[in-house]
Amino acid sequence: MISLAQEAVNESGRLVTIVLFSLMVAATLGITVWAGRNTRSATDFHSGGRGFSPLQNGLAIGSDYMSAASFLGIAGMIALFGYDGFLYSIGFLVAWLVALLLVAELLRNSGRYTMGDVLSYRMQQRPVRTAASVSTLVVSIFYLLAQMVGAGALIALLLGIQEGETFLGMDAATAKIVGIVVVGLLMTVYVTFGGMKGTTWVQIIKAIILMAGAALLTVLTLALYGFNLGALMSDAAAASGQEGFLEPGLRYGVEVAGDPLQTMWNKLDLISLGMALVLGTAGLPHILIRFYTVPDSQSARKSVNWGIGLIGVFYLMTLVLGFGAAALVGHEAIRAQDAAGNTAAPQLAQTVGEQIGGSMAGAVLLAIIASAAFAAILSTVAGLVIASSSSLAHDFYNSVLRGGKATGAEEVRVAKIAALCVGVVSILLAVFAQNLNVAFLVSLAFAMAASANLPTLLLSLFWKRFNTTGALAGIYGGLISAVGLVFFSPVVSGSETALFPGADFAWFPLPNPALVSVPISVLCAVVGTLMSKEQDSGKFMMLQVRALTGAGAEKAADH
Amino acid sequence: MATDRSTKDSPPSGGGENGQEVVPAFVAMHDDPRFQLLKRKLFRFVLPASITFLAWYLLYVLMSAFGRDVMGVVLFGSVNVALVFGILQFASTFGIAVLYTMYARKNLDPLAAELRGEIEGGRKGAAE
Repeated sequence: MISLAQEAVNESGRLVTIVLFSLMVAATLGITVWAGRNTRSATDFHSGGRGFSPLQNGLAIGSDYMSAASFLGIAGMIALFGYDGFLYSIGFLVAWLVALLLVAELLRNSGRYTMGDVLSYRMQQRPVRTAASVSTLVVSIFYLLAQMVGAGALIALLLGIQEGETFLGMDAATAKIVGIVVVGLLMTVYVTFGGMKGTTWVQIIKAIILMAGAALLTVLTLALYGFNLGALMSDAAAASGQEGFLEPGLRYGVEVAGDPLQTMWNKLDLISLGMALVLGTAGLPHILIRFYTVPDSQSARKSVNWGIGLIGVFYLMTLVLGFGAAALVGHEAIRAQDAAGNTAAPQLAQTVGEQIGGSMAGAVLLAIIASAAFAAILSTVAGLVIASSSSLAHDFYNSVLRGGKATGAEEVRVAKIAALCVGVVSILLAVFAQNLNVAFLVSLAFAMAASANLPTLLLSLFWKRFNTTGALAGIYGGLISAVGLVFFSPVVSGSETALFPGADFAWFPLPNPALVSVPISVLCAVVGTLMSKEQDSGKFMMLQVRALTGAGAEKAADH
Repeated sequence: MATDRSTKDSPPSGGGENGQEVVPAFVAMHDDPRFQLLKRKLFRFVLPASITFLAWYLLYVLMSAFGRDVMGVVLFGSVNVALVFGILQFASTFGIAVLYTMYARKNLDPLAAELRGEIEGGRKGAAE
């Protein structure tokens, strides 16, 4: 039963949301046009001229990483399952130490535009760059799909379009498709016209909006509890109506009474997920290319530190938001809006606003948080598109097809065309993949990055004997085993929640493949290496000297 | 000393068909005792630190999966072992990042800069 007054508030709330959305889109498009005028060379397009400061890049890293899935998804998971949502966010944070200690600086020193630069440094260019490009595209497109499918559902929900309702003549299903198309068009425009410079500035601004929005809501939520976190937590636990809300086990590693085997699989899956999260981050191509946007390796280190600080603080705020939603919005109300809990944070915003300043304040706070979430989606997808298009243009077009002889201008032109194609393809895929589970797509992208990219990257940098056959075996072995195991897991068939609930060809018990696919990738890389006689010590020495000292590293553009 | 005229037409950032050209100045530097020292200093921090945080995180995940009796022990108010363990993961992540940055600034950066200057000075001399 919705009263007329409530209806009017909903309407004005949507109006505020749409005005904020439009302002943000207009501002970011303005930046894109400005950045596009300053993008001349391939270095400008792929790496934003390498002139960003560590703080700016740290904000952009945070923006790339704090996607809608991690903002709304984790807040929702904490709201519905308590502790396990927090557990998830810890994996996302600890992962940055892999990037900081083992990857960021060495990659910045030895590569140029893409992950493929470092992977192929000591190897035969064509096959390894092709593999790097394939793996970049597959990982990025899965991640992109997750974000866009999420975006469609979120826009429908954030505008408050429920099943059976219409808004501007759209029902919920149409609104979802419109959401996907709008997000897809915007990300394509950002990347095509603004290149890495435009994308980075868009990300910097969005990180600020997101952090400010989350901080505002965190402080207001805590204020309602007199800044007593303990009281908030016990209230959340009581309102959740679940035993063990503040302990691990409600979402991951669930203990099934009377089925010790399934319990064991569930617990192994939790470990597998933890592994994917921690090892995946430093293998995500759109994260790796961020290290090229700063002048040198020390700036890359500092920008990871900024990123760790921002992301850490953000996840601590998410903990408050999740518990706040559990306590103030309540389990039933959250599930009624979205079964996965993705709208817990926006719902909390509305409730907190209403409790502090009445229904209009609720609508305004909801609009602010909804815009921050929309910003989170846009900046992450733009980062993914630029990673894909740079790899297609630099690794595949220039190095594989043209033998490294294409000019910078040609590479930029191809990158722009590639961005358009990636945009169109992902819009189409996302429209057809609308019913896939967003969390599943994200964890699959992490598992693929952890299997296909990270082992090969580390072996390239540190193992003298490593060679072309080993790199190819590692990349393809990791990619195929991750995708293959998921295909034969309960996620795809053989369970009620599977993609094809009717069929049953599942024999791999874990929804997350990393526990098996990462060792397979390492094994493939080692066996592949030993099977080939190729070994180039000279290039290995050259790569190590370059990676550790920064000699010969790409410099920032002059302008 | 470590200069080579052949480097001027093939900067190490070139990625031609056969990949990166091998520049003798770089290869020579690899066997320089100072570079070996830089490498040892890097590994001396990075290896133990990586093993520590990965083991510490693995322990956390294993406890979350198999040690739930311990994780559920309430310490005070509504704070239990699981929450403290989780917060400690945040603290250790921040801590290792700070320690590494301090270590790198003191032990790695000056040496890396010295060697880089030498290689690039040599290369520039050859190219100009």
